[in-house]
Amino acid sequence: MRAPVSDLPIMLVEAGILAGTTTILDRISLVLGPGAPTVLIGPNGAGKTTLLRVAMGLIPVSRGRVTWGGREAVPPTHRAIMFQRPVMLRRSTAGNVRYALKAANIFRADWEQRTTELLKLVGLEDLGSRPARRLSGGEQQRLALARALARDPTVLFLDEPAASLDPAATKAIEDIVRAIAARGVKVVMTTHDLGQARRIGGEVVLLHRGRIVEKAAANDFFATPKTEEARKFIVGELLV
Amino acid sequence: MFKRRTLVTAFVLCALALGTSQSFAQDKSIVVASTTSTQDSGLFEYLLPLFKKKTGITVKVIAQGTGQALDTGRRGDADVVFVHAKSQEEKFLAEGQSTKRYPVMYNDFVLIGPKSDPAGIKGMKDVAKAFQTIKDKKADFISRGDRSGTNTAELKLWKDAGIDINKDKGPWYKAIGQGMGAALNTAGAGNAYVLSDRGTWIHYKNKGDLAILVEGDKRMFNQYGVMLVNPAKHPNVKKDLGQQFIDYLISPEGQKDIANYKINGQQLFYPNANDPNA
Amino acid sequence: MTGDVSALHLVLSADPALLAIVRLSLLVSLSAVLFAALIGVPVGAFIALTRFPGREAAIVALNALMGLPPVVAGLAVFLTLSRSGPLGELGLLFTPQAMVIAQTILVAPIIAALSRQTIEDLWVEYRDEFAAMNVSTAGRIKTLIWDARFSLVTALLAGFGRAAAEVGAIIIVGGNIDGFTRTMTTAIALETSKGDLPLAIGLGAVLIAIVILINALAWGARRAGERYAG
Repeated sequence: MRAPVSDLPIMLVEAGILAGTTTILDRISLVLGPGAPTVLIGPNGAGKTTLLRVAMGLIPVSRGRVTWGGREAVPPTHRAIMFQRPVMLRRSTAGNVRYALKAANIFRADWEQRTTELLKLVGLEDLGSRPARRLSGGEQQRLALARALARDPTVLFLDEPAASLDPAATKAIEDIVRAIAARGVKVVMTTHDLGQARRIGGEVVLLHRGRIVEKAAANDFFATPKTEEARKFIVGELLV
Repeated sequence: MFKRRTLVTAFVLCALALGTSQSFAQDKSIVVASTTSTQDSGLFEYLLPLFKKKTGITVKVIAQGTGQALDTGRRGDADVVFVHAKSQEEKFLAEGQSTKRYPVMYNDFVLIGPKSDPAGIKGMKDVAKAFQTIKDKKADFISRGDRSGTNTAELKLWKDAGIDINKDKGPWYKAIGQGMGAALNTAGAGNAYVLSDRGTWIHYKNKGDLAILVEGDKRMFNQYGVMLVNPAKHPNVKKDLGQQFIDYLISPEGQKDIANYKINGQQLFYPNANDPNA
Repeated sequence: MTGDVSALHLVLSADPALLAIVRLSLLVSLSAVLFAALIGVPVGAFIALTRFPGREAAIVALNALMGLPPVVAGLAVFLTLSRSGPLGELGLLFTPQAMVIAQTILVAPIIAALSRQTIEDLWVEYRDEFAAMNVSTAGRIKTLIWDARFSLVTALLAGFGRAAAEVGAIIIVGGNIDGFTRTMTTAIALETSKGDLPLAIGLGAVLIAIVILINALAWGARRAGERYAG
């Protein structure tokens, strides 16, 4: 049922995004390969979200190339994204998951079981029949995660997960993300929270003004940052 | 899926309902363009069931002003026209829009006004003089202004009084472009004078402060005529059924029915199909 | 005073003439709304979801058509359906069908404009998620219409309100024929001009009751929407 070829590695080669005369991303070369999560960090406006969307395939590049598993223009059948402010469809919690299953062309007969599994994974199994728009912020984020996972993706993109959540909800999300990564799903996420980057990151990529400034394994990055920007960012002095 | 099915069902139901509501009328029916005065007098509500019982033909009446009714005939949208403005009817004939005009009945016009009679015309025998007085006193006057039979008669009376109403009118002369009932309503609301046909006046239920102030002048005679729209010009005209209606109206039986139409014991229309000068 | 007593009597005794008029009114207006919805919702959805040259002008035109004067629509249909007009062969003038056509023309822009607004607003919300879940174009349209169903029903009710209340168009194309094309509004116009208040008042009361019922339904639909879908 799934194609034998994989979307990984995702390779950006000299990728650039222009909006009018403004450069949002400038000559990005990055390889997202299977394994530990990749965390994109950087100040506001650095281009993290745009880079995420490019890697997901939502935005075409103005310059350079993006390939998934060596191929261009691959439909996002095995990739999933969770937005910073996910939008709940006007139906129940379980209904949202079922919608994602349908969109992913999963057999209708499998829906009930998979819905239960997914809701259980994100801790929403008791809220299946509640209108999704009446969930709390943290619950909505978890539902968005469940939707993203409905298609059993090889790559999961997360844009500032838990950005507007309280510590308890944040921890809940992070636990789920780590569990997913442990199951072999490649996680690529953006965050402005250094602690989160430390907790989750396998690899850390620092973006500043549309360029990749530094790229390293998480431990190395935080222990021994090599660039001036990285040093400033870690102590909170790199604002824009 | 189910939504589409309910939509289709609703569509079919509506189409059926609309279709059936017309089906039994399609076979034997005619469209008669007549005037608001005739309708407002209640004559059709009385006459048409009698006709239907006799012939099984349903008559659908479109009530407009005489001018409009004749135009409806000119467009071929009616089978028969039944109006009361001889000059306009003769024009219709001259145009070849019909081949024969049959006089049917007459009643008269009455000059209505407020009981307080600000222009002081009550009881005048000469209606043209009454009109002159209204103009001189600039008393409020409501005109149908709609090329109806009543309007045609009103305009003729101004002419008889030697008044060019288009030139001499002022804010006291209000042309409303509506039917007789509406004109009476407006007159009652504004304490104004208005020319009405007697039939509508008798049937009118909102008289309030209005009353007949001038009547009986020969010039207030109001003749009704009926014509079959020329099938040569409009092949869709239901020639036989239409002619049956006309034949009924001028038949002794029809004429008797017309004479028998009374409100509060008062006869509204006087049959005169046999009058060669009508 | 006697006028009011007779009116009440007529309404309470379910006078057959009154019932026939009410039945025709509902039939004509409901049919018009149905056809207007079949035209208006897809048109609204199309304009909401596609980009084409002149799109802005189309939206302005649609909004303007919401205020199309009924008599103008009536006149246009009248000239078209008259025996001397282009579609005279159909013999539809002075029939309930002509009234449905005229009211459909009046109501369709309302439904289209409101649908467009509703669907476009929801589209803006859902757009990213549709892209993320790789939903097909057909799937997007179906989802938008379904998820917006309560607002769309409100649009339909607005259309029905307009149809049920208007008199200008249907009196021109229908001819207000006793027993065939006389509806509540045209009957009220006629009976009022004849000075026959009892029937006019009775019909007016029924008409107002129906309008209130419509608004209650619209309110209920909105509340149901809030309750079931958040």
